Amino acid sequence: MAGNEFSVKLLIWRQSGPAQPGELASYTMDNVLPEMSLLEMLDLLNEKLTAEGIDPVAFDSDCREGICGTCGLVINGIAHGPHSGAATCEVRMRSFSDGETIVIEPFRAASFPVIKDLVVDRAAFDRIMQAGGYVSINTGSAPEANSIPVPRPHAESAMDAAACIGCAACVAACPNASASLFTSAKISQYAQLPQGRAEAKRRVVRMVDAMDEEGFGNCSNHGECEAVCPKEISIFNIGRMRREYLKAVL
Amino acid sequence: MNDVTVQSASAAPGPLKSGAPDGPIEDRWDNYKASMKLVAPANRRKHKIIVVGTGLAGGSAAATLGEMGYNVQSFCISDSPRRAHSVAAQGGINAAKNYQNDGDSIYRLFYDTVKGGDFRARESNVYRLAQCSVNIIDQCVAQGVPFAREYGGTLANRSFGGVQVQRTFYARGQTGQQLLLGAYSALVRQIDAGTVTMHAHHEMLDLVMVDGVARGIVTRNLNTGEIQTHAADAVLLCTGGYSPVFFLSTNAVNCNATAGWRCYKRGAHFANPCYTQIHPTCIPQGGDYQSKLTLMSESLRNDGRVWVPRKTDETRPPQQIPEDDRWYYLEEIYPAFGNLVPRDIASRAAKMVCDKGHGVGSSGFAVYLDFAEAIGRLGKDTVASRYGNLFDMYREISDEDPYSTPMRIYPAPHYTMGGVWVDYDLMSTIPGLFVAGEANFSDHGANRLGASALMQGLADGYFVAPATASNYLASNKMDDVTTDAPEFAAAEAGVRDDVNRLLNINGKRTVREFWWELGRVMWDKVGMARNAAGLESAISEIQGLKEEFWTDVNVPGSQDEWNKTLETAGRVADFLELGELMARDALERNESCGGHFREESQSQEGEAMRDDDNYSHVSAWEYRGPDQPPTMHKEALDFDYVKPGTRSYK
Repeated sequence: MAGNEFSVKLLIWRQSGPAQPGELASYTMDNVLPEMSLLEMLDLLNEKLTAEGIDPVAFDSDCREGICGTCGLVINGIAHGPHSGAATCEVRMRSFSDGETIVIEPFRAASFPVIKDLVVDRAAFDRIMQAGGYVSINTGSAPEANSIPVPRPHAESAMDAAACIGCAACVAACPNASASLFTSAKISQYAQLPQGRAEAKRRVVRMVDAMDEEGFGNCSNHGECEAVCPKEISIFNIGRMRREYLKAVL
Repeated sequence: MNDVTVQSASAAPGPLKSGAPDGPIEDRWDNYKASMKLVAPANRRKHKIIVVGTGLAGGSAAATLGEMGYNVQSFCISDSPRRAHSVAAQGGINAAKNYQNDGDSIYRLFYDTVKGGDFRARESNVYRLAQCSVNIIDQCVAQGVPFAREYGGTLANRSFGGVQVQRTFYARGQTGQQLLLGAYSALVRQIDAGTVTMHAHHEMLDLVMVDGVARGIVTRNLNTGEIQTHAADAVLLCTGGYSPVFFLSTNAVNCNATAGWRCYKRGAHFANPCYTQIHPTCIPQGGDYQSKLTLMSESLRNDGRVWVPRKTDETRPPQQIPEDDRWYYLEEIYPAFGNLVPRDIASRAAKMVCDKGHGVGSSGFAVYLDFAEAIGRLGKDTVASRYGNLFDMYREISDEDPYSTPMRIYPAPHYTMGGVWVDYDLMSTIPGLFVAGEANFSDHGANRLGASALMQGLADGYFVAPATASNYLASNKMDDVTTDAPEFAAAEAGVRDDVNRLLNINGKRTVREFWWELGRVMWDKVGMARNAAGLESAISEIQGLKEEFWTDVNVPGSQDEWNKTLETAGRVADFLELGELMARDALERNESCGGHFREESQSQEGEAMRDDDNYSHVSAWEYRGPDQPPTMHKEALDFDYVKPGTRSYK
C-alpha cells in the first residue's frame, strides 16, 4: 500500500464570502493513494487544515457517485477535471502524478455568485426550470400509462437529454457562460415525448426568456459544454431548442 | 388554544394502534378515503403546510399539496430540490401493472412485500402501497418520465430480487433520478404557480410544538447561518434514512437523521431503529480515507452470476478459474430464486462465504459478480444497453473492466426500514406531525425488497399524505399560530444554544474522527450480524464516544457563514444518540428477522430464525430525557391475509 503513495501540490481558490476578494492558496498533500477520489483527498486536506487551525476549504458534494450534480470544481482549467463523462466526485487521484500541481477553482459565471471558496450559488438553474421545465399534469389526472405509446427511439433520445444532472459544468466551461445546454436538455426531453407537446411552445419561449433574464450568455457553438458534460449531453439538443423556439415564435 | 382537538385514525384508545380501517383489505383504503373530511378548495390556501425534504416523498407531497391549493413551505438541505438522495436510486420501481402477463396483481405485490419484509410490516399499509403503485406509473409517465420502452412503444419491465414476476419499471440505471426529476418538475411548476415557497439549503433543526401539537419548525440557512422559525398547521417530514450512522454507506454524505431525531426528542416515537438494510451489491471497502461505498444496482443480479472460488486458497485470476472450481452459492443454495434472492439473504450469504475463507480481493471480503455468461448469451451491446452506466461507474472506481473481469462486490449499509413511528395516516405520535418515505418505518417490515423504496416514497407523497393531511386539517380546529408564540422563541433559543455549544468546545478531535469511529462500532457490532455481548459493548462504547465528542470535538469557523463542519457536527451528535438506540433495539429483539440477524437465533444451517411468538410487533421507542433510558412501546402486528411462515426462497 505504502509503495503507491505520492504527493501533490494544490492551488485552491479561497474566498471568504461573496463580497470578498479571493486568491489561490497553496497546500501540499502527502500520502495520497491512487484509488482515492479527489474529494476524499480534499476531505483529508480539511482534516489536516482543521488540526493546524486553518479554516477548512469550503466545497460541496453529496452523492459522490456522479448523479446528484452537487459537486463541481474546475480542475486544472477543466470543469469536472480530466475525464470526459465524469463528475468531479468521480475523479480519482490516479489521474495525477507524483509532484503534480493541481489547480482547483469554483464553477465561475456571473449568474453563479461565489458563496465561499469553491461553493457557488446555482439557484438560477432552478428558476429556469420554474419557467417551464415540466408537463402540466396534476396528481390524479393521469391516463393509464400504456395509453401513451412512445416509440422506443424517441424514448431513448428523450432519456439521453433527461440524464442532465444540473451540475452547471456546461456554464463554467462556456466562454459565454451560456446555459443553453442545460436549458435545451429539458426542452429536448419534452419535445420528443407526446406528453410534452401540448405546451411545447409556451415552454420553450418561457425557458429561453428565463435563461436570458438570469444573465447567461448566448451559445456561439464552441462545444465546450458537451466536452465537459458528465452525462455527455449532446449539443444537438441546443439545435433542437432553437428549432422549437423558431417554431414557437414564427 | 386549548380547544385544539385532535382526531385521526389513531385516536382510538391506547397509544400505539395503527388506526388501520377494518373490512376486506382491498376495500380499506378506498372506504377510508370516502369517509375522510375534506377542506374546500377556497379554504385550502388558508392552511400552511411545512414539507421538509424534497426527495421522492417530499417533492411529490409538496407538489401535490400545492396543486390542491394549500400554502406549502418546502425545505431541503441541498442547494436545489433536485439533488435529494432519491436521485441515486438506480434499478427501478415496482408496480402491479401485470404488463408482462406473468401473473402479477396488486395482491401478489402485497404478498411479496409482506413476505419480503419477513412478516414485520403492517398488512393494511402494504396493501395500500401495492394499490397506489399502479397510479404512480401512470402519474410519472404523464409527467414525461422517460421509462424504458419496447419497440411497440409500451413500457418495458425487468425483474428484481425476491419475486418471480417482471414488475419493475426503469429508466436505464437512473430510475431514481428520473422519478425525482419528475417530482421536481411538478414541484417547480407549483413554485412557479406560487402555491409552494421553496427554501433550499435550509436544515430543520427542531420541531415547534404548541399545546402538544406540531405547529412549526426551526431552520438554519446553510449559506448564511441564519436561524429562523416557521409556523404552519401541519408539518410533513420526508427526510430520508439514516444509514450514514455507519459512516460508510451507499448514502450521500449529507444524508442524516437530524430532523427525525429532533422530533423523537420532542416526543415522536421512533420505531424499529435496528432494521437496517445491508445491500448485497456494493463496491467493497478500500482504505480509511473512504467517504462512501458505491452501490451497484440490484438489477445487475438479473444477468450477473454471483460466485466465489470453491478453494479457500485460490490464487488464480477469476477468468482462469474453471467452472468446476467456482461456487455459485446463491444458485446452489436457493435454486428457485437463484441470484435474485432478497437483499437480506444475498448479503448474509456473501458474509457467510467470506467468513468461511472463500472471499476474493485483497481484503478477502468480496465476491464476484460475473457477466461473462450474459455477454456470451446476449452480446456485449445488449449488456451495455442494460447496465452501461453502472459498468462505467465501476470501472471509474476500481480501474477494472467489468466486461472482461468479474466485478468484486460486498454488502454495505443502504436503507433504513426503521424510522419515525406513524399510524395508518402517516401521522406520528405527535399530532400534526406526518412522516413519509424512508423517514417513517411503516411499509417494509424488517427487509425492503428491491425497487420498493421509490414506490413507497411516491405512494406516500403523491397519494397518501396529501389525503390524510387534508383529513387532519378538516377534522381539527386550527387556531391561528404565528412565530410570535413563545414556543417558537424557546425552540429557536435551544437551537442557538446547541450551535454555540458545538462551536465553543474547541477540542482536539475532528468531527470526522468521531463519525468514523462510531461507524466502525456500528458496522462491527450493530451491522450484518449481532449478538447480545457485542450490542451491550456497542452501547457503552457509543456512550463513551458521545461523552468525548461533547468535550473534545473541534468545530472550526463561525455560525453565520457556510460551515460544513458545523452542519456535520450537529448530525454526528444525533447519530451518536441514534446509534445507541439502534443497539438497544437490536439487543431487545432477540430474534433474527430480515435485515436484523441475531446470532443467537439461527438454524443449524445458519439460516435466520424468526420468533413470531415473542416478536411479532413493532418496537416504538419513546424519549424520556437525556438521563433516562427510553421506553419501548409495542404495536402488535396482525396477519389476516399473509400468514407468517418460514420464508423460503429455496
